[in-house]
Amino acid sequence: MKFFRHCLILLSSMLVSLIGFIGVTSADDHKGFKIGVVTFLSGPAAEPFGVPAWNGGKLLIKLLNEGKVPAPYNKKGFGGMEITAIPIDEAGGATKQVQEFRNLVQRDKVDAVLGYVSSGDCMAIPSVADELQALTVLYDCGTPRVFEDASYKYVFRTAAHAAMDNIAIAKYLIEKGHDISSIAGINQNYAWGKDSWKDFSVSIKKLSPNSEIKNELFPKIFSGQYGTEISALMNSKAKVVHSSLWGGDLQSFILQAKPRGLFKRTQVVFSAGDHVMPGLGKQYPEGVILGARGQYGMMAPDTPLNNWFYKAYMDEYGVFPAQPPYRMVQGLMGLKMAIEKAMDNNGGKKPNKDEIAEAFTGLEFEAPGGLVQMKLGNGHQAIQPHAIGKTAKDKDGNIIVTDIVRYKASCVNPPNGINAVDWISAGFPGADC
Amino acid sequence: MIDEILTIILDGAIYASWLFIVALGLTFVFGVLKILNIAHGGIYALGAYSTATLVPIFYSLGMPDQLVILTMLVSALAVAIVITPIMERGILRRFYGQDEVLIVLVTYAIYLVLEDVQKLIWGMNSLYVYEPRELLGALELGSLYYVGYDLALIGLAIFCGLLLWLVLNKTKSGKIVLAVIHNPEISGCMGVNINKVYLAAFFVGAFLAALAGSFTAPLISVQVGISVAVVIESFAVVIIGGLGSIPGAVIGALIIGMARAACVHKLPEAEIFIMYFCMAGMLIFRPKGLFQGTQARKI
Amino acid sequence: MPLKLLNNVIFQSIFLMSLLIVVGVFIPNWLVFVITKAIAYGLVGLGIITLMRGGLVSFGQGFVFGIGGYTAGLLGTQAGLTDAMLLLFISFLFTGFIGLIIAPLLARYRDIFFAMLSLACSMVLYGILIKIDAIGGSDGFVLPESTYFGISPSPEYADYILYVVSILMTGVVSILLRYYYNSTPGLIALAVRENELRVEYLGSSAFNVTVLNFTIAAGLGGMGGALNGIALGHIDPEFTYWTTSGEFVFISILAGYLSVPAVFLAALLLELVRSFSGRYFPDTWQLILGVFLILSIIFIPSGIGSFFKQFFDKFKNK
Repeated sequence: MKFFRHCLILLSSMLVSLIGFIGVTSADDHKGFKIGVVTFLSGPAAEPFGVPAWNGGKLLIKLLNEGKVPAPYNKKGFGGMEITAIPIDEAGGATKQVQEFRNLVQRDKVDAVLGYVSSGDCMAIPSVADELQALTVLYDCGTPRVFEDASYKYVFRTAAHAAMDNIAIAKYLIEKGHDISSIAGINQNYAWGKDSWKDFSVSIKKLSPNSEIKNELFPKIFSGQYGTEISALMNSKAKVVHSSLWGGDLQSFILQAKPRGLFKRTQVVFSAGDHVMPGLGKQYPEGVILGARGQYGMMAPDTPLNNWFYKAYMDEYGVFPAQPPYRMVQGLMGLKMAIEKAMDNNGGKKPNKDEIAEAFTGLEFEAPGGLVQMKLGNGHQAIQPHAIGKTAKDKDGNIIVTDIVRYKASCVNPPNGINAVDWISAGFPGADC
Repeated sequence: MIDEILTIILDGAIYASWLFIVALGLTFVFGVLKILNIAHGGIYALGAYSTATLVPIFYSLGMPDQLVILTMLVSALAVAIVITPIMERGILRRFYGQDEVLIVLVTYAIYLVLEDVQKLIWGMNSLYVYEPRELLGALELGSLYYVGYDLALIGLAIFCGLLLWLVLNKTKSGKIVLAVIHNPEISGCMGVNINKVYLAAFFVGAFLAALAGSFTAPLISVQVGISVAVVIESFAVVIIGGLGSIPGAVIGALIIGMARAACVHKLPEAEIFIMYFCMAGMLIFRPKGLFQGTQARKI
Repeated sequence: MPLKLLNNVIFQSIFLMSLLIVVGVFIPNWLVFVITKAIAYGLVGLGIITLMRGGLVSFGQGFVFGIGGYTAGLLGTQAGLTDAMLLLFISFLFTGFIGLIIAPLLARYRDIFFAMLSLACSMVLYGILIKIDAIGGSDGFVLPESTYFGISPSPEYADYILYVVSILMTGVVSILLRYYYNSTPGLIALAVRENELRVEYLGSSAFNVTVLNFTIAAGLGGMGGALNGIALGHIDPEFTYWTTSGEFVFISILAGYLSVPAVFLAALLLELVRSFSGRYFPDTWQLILGVFLILSIIFIPSGIGSFFKQFFDKFKNK
């Protein structure tokens, strides 16, 4: 009988402490709107990417709750509901993120999850999101495959995917008359890197069939050391070097390649090259052609909404906003628009996930980076206008972006129903430039 | 063609030097204390962080630029001085004489602790300290540009390896250490202070780990997680070279370094895989590595 | 093994399993999920303690964990096989088979070399997996939702049903393992741990016992990997990375090799820490685990299993 007694005591004490803990942790807030925000708060992607994004998000949420955001976002919070956010670190890999996602949805009982920078995470989360029927807004990750390989009910991506970045850069190179007789690439060995290179190289081959691909390098993500790769790139003597490196990897690459003269000897293009500018300051090389994955940072459009946001961020953090905060803010604004639209439809009550999902599908909304239209993926995937520019030094030696060319959304994004790669290979049919 | 081969050799040498400096401490500590120190990667990271902290302070003091190397050495020394008493005397000494694998597990636990210590002290941000890299300028070799600092790494690796080997084999203290490696018990009976030797050896190992981190800091962005890859890469070197052997570490580093450089230039797809491939190859054919650690002839 | 002892083991196991299944109805979904994952990790830990009883610590169980996970995943996506119990069983057999092939290579080595060899094996597999784009490369791939005898459970119950299935299958495995531990080869393993040379002189083969242990450990690890993949709905090469293997070692050292339930308790502890770490203490959870490990090595060298053994011994002596 002692055995049973021991078991019972052990089990009941565990249960009691658990129930107590659960009671403390899962405060069910019916009045406000709770969101989980997932982005890189540690590791190589934190300082250039995740932290600025969360800074932008924090700032916008604060201003929204105070009702200080200009129209059409001037309602307080989300349709009057106060916004509370739970930030979660995206580091640790897709398997860990699936767990954290489940925690947010099942334990913290959030009303929506906004997040995900890494394309790897964006490939893993959506099916779990639909399985748990949790409203999920992907705000950043780039792989086109999320809505090309499958379709989801509760998952939305409020920013254009990577195809746009690489198609636009290819067009820019040709329009500006650069020598693209040979190209090489260094991209990270995972979905984002591989898809970026594919979109770029296929675009170049389509627009300039005689171009030769000299070298295709795929170092491990977060590897941080590119000495050998830089030698290989320089040895190949390619006229254009393409890279979708980002975060700490991009910073390391620039710091390692610059003293070796890579940027002087070849035309380097960074498909997502702007977010390391605040950190590197004057160290950023001149003459680099870059995209910011949208009209962001120094390439942002001159609109009242953008000017407001640029100033608000600058005032708060003392540094200009590059793509990360723009995209997080874009996600929040899209979510807000969808929620308020759903509330208009259901008579002003707090909308449930189905109502929000229905309102979100096919939505169009203004963001600091331009007009966002949820046109692809059956209304779940956004397209937006783009801008490509070139870095140069101003009279004080600061790095600025010049020679900016803007592209309409329908010029560099595939239409609904066709994969990005297929669209490029077919010669961009239906592109409206 | 010659150009390319030269590039591969040079790149391979630079990477091999880095690997060697990183793995030297690991193999030495195993040779003397018979401890496979997983926390070696953690000490490496601490060395990088400490350099990233001390060098900016140095620059703000306005001293001549060349002395920055001294600062980096001091930062590595500081890490070793702090870590050795805590790790060796405080924790590891309790386990001497017990199962080798048990001590490895203890070093694994310490590794976990060190990972969070980095986060707690320096936060989640990345630190940059690229100024020392510009000290030695750049060199034009053929059609390629190499940074002097990277080439100097080769010199540093040779220097460290040679110095350690000379001290071990040609000095009196070194021979005492060799005696302890051969047979701690008898050495103790002959009057050698075993504990002191262990402490000193661990200190040297920790210093080398921190040194590797210090001199790598100008090349990378110093952030949480740099230790993870280092653990496995240093392991690969010692597996191939043989635990406890310095010449083994040299050969191991060269094999991996050259293989990887060749891959990046000729077969980029295999680049990530090649290191594990070498490791696997060695394990199938000669699991104890190319060289044995120092061993006495036993009756 | 005396009949009375066997009966006790079966009786206790059935009691524990029923208790867990009943409790599972009342606890929240996230906890059900955590326990399921703990069971998956615990299975791998069981594999390691099987080896530990023979004096070896494997630092590369990520190898079999990954193989099991990918087996279940590929069968699901390529062959349309989604029955959870079938997947667990097939992974167990297949990974055990792979273990049987690899075992002779590793079984001759001891101590550090065995640990490093197993580590190297897992890293080689890692290097291969991140390069094969057809199975997702470093991103891995998503597993289809699992079915049970052809029925696809609704989302509210999916977690619980997987939980019940894993408890049942693990319960059966644990009973069989306890039987194995008390059988001749199991007891010889303990002898090998003490003094291998004497075992050889007395006529038994340490090599054979090691191969057997390794195969069982492989099968268990594979089953754990499959369960983990199915529970998460996702698999990636991180399953085989050395840090994952380190977690399994953590569980085994904490639990010790004396008791089977202790392994699952240790796994549950790890999972709970991990589950809450993301939100509440992202900067210190590894530190906590590290300190825990050192303390348990110093103060509870036989693992928390030694406490359990006292319970069961008291019951035995009634």
